[in-house]
Amino acid sequence: MRLLLTVFGKEFLENLRDRRTLLSALLFGPLFGPLLFGLMVSRMLNQSVVESDEPLRLTISGADNAPRLTRYLEAHGIKLSKANLSESEARAAVRGGRAQIVLIIPKEYGARFTLGVPAPVLLVADSADSQTRKSAERARSILGGYASSIAQLRLQARGVNPLLTVPVAVNDVDVATPTGRAVVVLGFMTYFVLFAVLMGGLYLAIDSTAGERERGSLEALLSLPVARSSLVGGKILATCAYMCISLALSLTAFVCVFRFVPLERLGMSANLNARTALIFFAICLPFVPLGAALMTFVASFTRSYREAQTYLTTVLLVPTLPIAFASIYSLKTQSSLMFIPSLSQHLLMTSVLKDETVAALDVWVSAAASLALALVLMVLTARHWRRETMLG
Amino acid sequence: MIEAANLSKRFGAIEAVRDVSFVARDGEITGLLGANGAGKSTCLRMLYGVLTPDSGRASVDGIDIRGETSKARAHLGVLPHAAGLYGNLTARENIHYFGSLQGIAGDRLRSRTAELTRILGMESFIERRAKGFSQGQRIKVALARALVHDPGNIVLDEPTNGLDVMAIRNLRDMLLELKAQGRCVLFSSHVMQEVAALCDRVVIIGHGKVLADATVQSIQDRSGAASLEEAFLQVLGDTGELS
Repeated sequence: MRLLLTVFGKEFLENLRDRRTLLSALLFGPLFGPLLFGLMVSRMLNQSVVESDEPLRLTISGADNAPRLTRYLEAHGIKLSKANLSESEARAAVRGGRAQIVLIIPKEYGARFTLGVPAPVLLVADSADSQTRKSAERARSILGGYASSIAQLRLQARGVNPLLTVPVAVNDVDVATPTGRAVVVLGFMTYFVLFAVLMGGLYLAIDSTAGERERGSLEALLSLPVARSSLVGGKILATCAYMCISLALSLTAFVCVFRFVPLERLGMSANLNARTALIFFAICLPFVPLGAALMTFVASFTRSYREAQTYLTTVLLVPTLPIAFASIYSLKTQSSLMFIPSLSQHLLMTSVLKDETVAALDVWVSAAASLALALVLMVLTARHWRRETMLG
Repeated sequence: MIEAANLSKRFGAIEAVRDVSFVARDGEITGLLGANGAGKSTCLRMLYGVLTPDSGRASVDGIDIRGETSKARAHLGVLPHAAGLYGNLTARENIHYFGSLQGIAGDRLRSRTAELTRILGMESFIERRAKGFSQGQRIKVALARALVHDPGNIVLDEPTNGLDVMAIRNLRDMLLELKAQGRCVLFSSHVMQEVAALCDRVVIIGHGKVLADATVQSIQDRSGAASLEEAFLQVLGDTGELS
């Protein structure tokens, strides 16, 4: 144990002096996620706030053919700009970005309207553009509102109760809590947290294995009267230490970012405060030795720094797989999934964010499963270190 | 004392070491001489226990390296072929790390490091980080690292590689000093002059086998050659090594 701590102390100190380790463990890893996340959420917020606040702009051609419709649209807050465009001109204008949405009212509109047969209007928009698609939907619903009010007037004029045309009344009841809605957005966050955890130990895992070999210090180390398990244990422990620091920094950064991102304006409440961050830390803690053992194990087989980097970049993606799987099949927290590391941490964190009650058993199973797998990997790593192929 | 008894090692189809036996005695410098790829490193690696022999036995001061690896290694200082340092640690920290792993701590470690610093002339760079060290400085630190636990036996794998004339002379003085202290010094080399100038005994290895094991003088006498170089060529020629 004393030897293990000696190895730990040396690896910790040596990497504290390594700029590459520090950048990835203490800067890039923990800050990349929260910053990207903050930017993403702010952009989403800006978009939706702008859309509902700003008046809808519509280019209208042939406004004189339907003066009453034109007045109705203006009364419903649509900013109209009049133009005189044929259908092909309107298409070209929308495709070229000179106009967002064009409403064309043909000459025959008035005559057909008076006859009581469907009077055609053309709404030209680009549905591939997410911004104008929403505006076009708004224009369509305002036009629909006008049409149905005319229909009701026509039925009344003929002595028919307009309610007959509404046989079923559908009422939407949305049970999403403000926090629940936010979870869709916050789902990304759990991956960024796990990413930061792995990133924190990445370079130390490489440096203490492939780096040791590349530097030529491995053989001298292996010829010491020290059990290989102590060497491996000390190296994994040092990797864990950096991963914990990275995890703590990442969670702190997230708490800060959430303070500045006005989620409430979207009708969401962000349930990430210092207390939740501490719970997250506890949930992710068993994932730390697992990640450290996995990275050390993989890096032990590589010959050089570069080779180790290539393999470990793939390892960084490993925790995404269960999380991606979970979002495709929209899995909910359930005990049977707690045996899968990274997925169990993701589900538990999501539950905490949603303010759901988390079963204590689930937390224990998640921790035990991760730690058991970590132990298996540590034993395998130590076994590999005892083999003479380790010398390379 | 380091003893190799009938050591054999094969890597796949290649027989790297074949039935090698020799003894390196205390108070003597033993040279393991052979061309590149003759099996010197494999031999030494089995002696300090990072390779397991397919057959045969290696022991340090009578302690079996396979049976009681840690105990045997405590009697052994090793300077491997690739003697890299930790660049982000100072020379002192490099030495202290190995000292701690050898079970030395506190005042004993400090005074031993101070002693080695003086003997090896490392005063000017002992507190500097090892990143920009010259080859000579690196070897000194690696040697100090191997000697920090005051071992009775020292194994060095081609220690003079890449050293300049001054550094080689320093190393030679250091090895003679270790011999004078009654330690067992075993080193490998492919440079004849080096072995001739330094060694009491020479073990010549070719194609994994011991071709000669005697004092420098007796090899020269036996072959009737004027220099060890000629004797070396003759020994190799006798066994068909050169054909």
